[in-house]
Amino acid sequence: MSPVLRTTLTLAAVAAVCTTLVAATFLLTSERIAQNEQAFLESQLSPVIGSIRHDGGMLDNVTSIADGLPGRDPARLYRVLRDGLTVALLFEVTAMDGYAGPIRLLIGIRSDGVLTGVRTLAHEETPGLGDKIESARSDWILGFEGRAIGNPPAARWSIHADGGDFDQITGASVTSRAVVNAVSETLIYFSANRDALLTAPDSP
Amino acid sequence: MTYRYSSGLWEDNPGLVQLLGLCPLLAVTTTFANGIGLGIATLLVLTASNVLVSAARGLLIREIRIPVYVLIIASLVTCVELLFEAFAPALDRSLGIFIPLIVTNCAIVARAELFASRNGVVPSLLDGLGMGSGFALLLAGLGAFRELAGQGTVFAGVGALVGGEPGAGITLLPGGWLLLLLPPGAFMSLALAIALKNLIDARRSARLGAGSLRRPAQRS
Repeated sequence: MSPVLRTTLTLAAVAAVCTTLVAATFLLTSERIAQNEQAFLESQLSPVIGSIRHDGGMLDNVTSIADGLPGRDPARLYRVLRDGLTVALLFEVTAMDGYAGPIRLLIGIRSDGVLTGVRTLAHEETPGLGDKIESARSDWILGFEGRAIGNPPAARWSIHADGGDFDQITGASVTSRAVVNAVSETLIYFSANRDALLTAPDSP
Repeated sequence: MTYRYSSGLWEDNPGLVQLLGLCPLLAVTTTFANGIGLGIATLLVLTASNVLVSAARGLLIREIRIPVYVLIIASLVTCVELLFEAFAPALDRSLGIFIPLIVTNCAIVARAELFASRNGVVPSLLDGLGMGSGFALLLAGLGAFRELAGQGTVFAGVGALVGGEPGAGITLLPGGWLLLLLPPGAFMSLALAIALKNLIDARRSARLGAGSLRRPAQRS
């Protein structure tokens, strides 16, 4: 056998064995991985819905909004239904002005405009300082619950350092400001487009 | 001198002595759970790649051995990542890009080239287990140290190891020295670990008398 043929065949054989190995693992795990992803998404959505009773199935009622909300990419919008009526909306937005990078937030707003909860989905803030925006590390992000436009008044919808009503996380005022502003912008967007958002037909 | 499979744990530790695989070692050891998680993933890949490389060593031609190592290691890493996603999803999210990056851990290709391609399947299996455990224990130790000194907790997120909720861990100290959780702290902690190892080796060789050690304490 010529050396070229031999190397070719050896590499082909190794590649075939390796590909089989990966394919077999994929087939064995794919179903479980899909379940995990679904469960993870749902577990992230449920805390921002708060105590609102609903029909579930938020993951099947997703639309995207191209303009008007914080973030470079279109924001995602989950519709929370109860008996066919929209009782709350969950906005997945991105604060682009975090200290170390974009901060992805999930913001729940009840149909009357009151915040049901805010959670951080992903961020790159400093460990020990900015990462206190995670609900697992600090209660700071829970402070948005029950707030709305006008509570506090628009002029005070900012952190203490900027003359507002919200505490900033010590050592992470840039991070805190980014989150507060993103929540405020989302609330303003909601109130400006409230009727359209609440009555919009479900996208297929 | 006969080869000892446990040498990866101490005198030939991939992280402390050979200084291989430092990128994941420095990047993920912010908590014990992350450290042991990546350690176990690396251990699995290293052991399996040693076994496969050793099994295929009869076929190997010098010129194509590196592509073959790469194929084998890349496939195994993909498999391990799929398994983590399926059975420890929270840990997989926490380790992020560092599981795919096991591909680039030079400790693995080094064992394939230096050991598995020249030895039988069983010795290669044992070598993979020894080296992998040494690396995993170092990752776990550094993670535990940085977690305790950096944020004052132990075992934060260990629930993720068994596929459950990560958990906040037990708080032992009111706070910590934040720097240790940041990249400079990773280098400092590794330096302390290496210094500690050299100190222990020096004490031991002084007690036994010079020359009775199997090999010098410090190679590089």
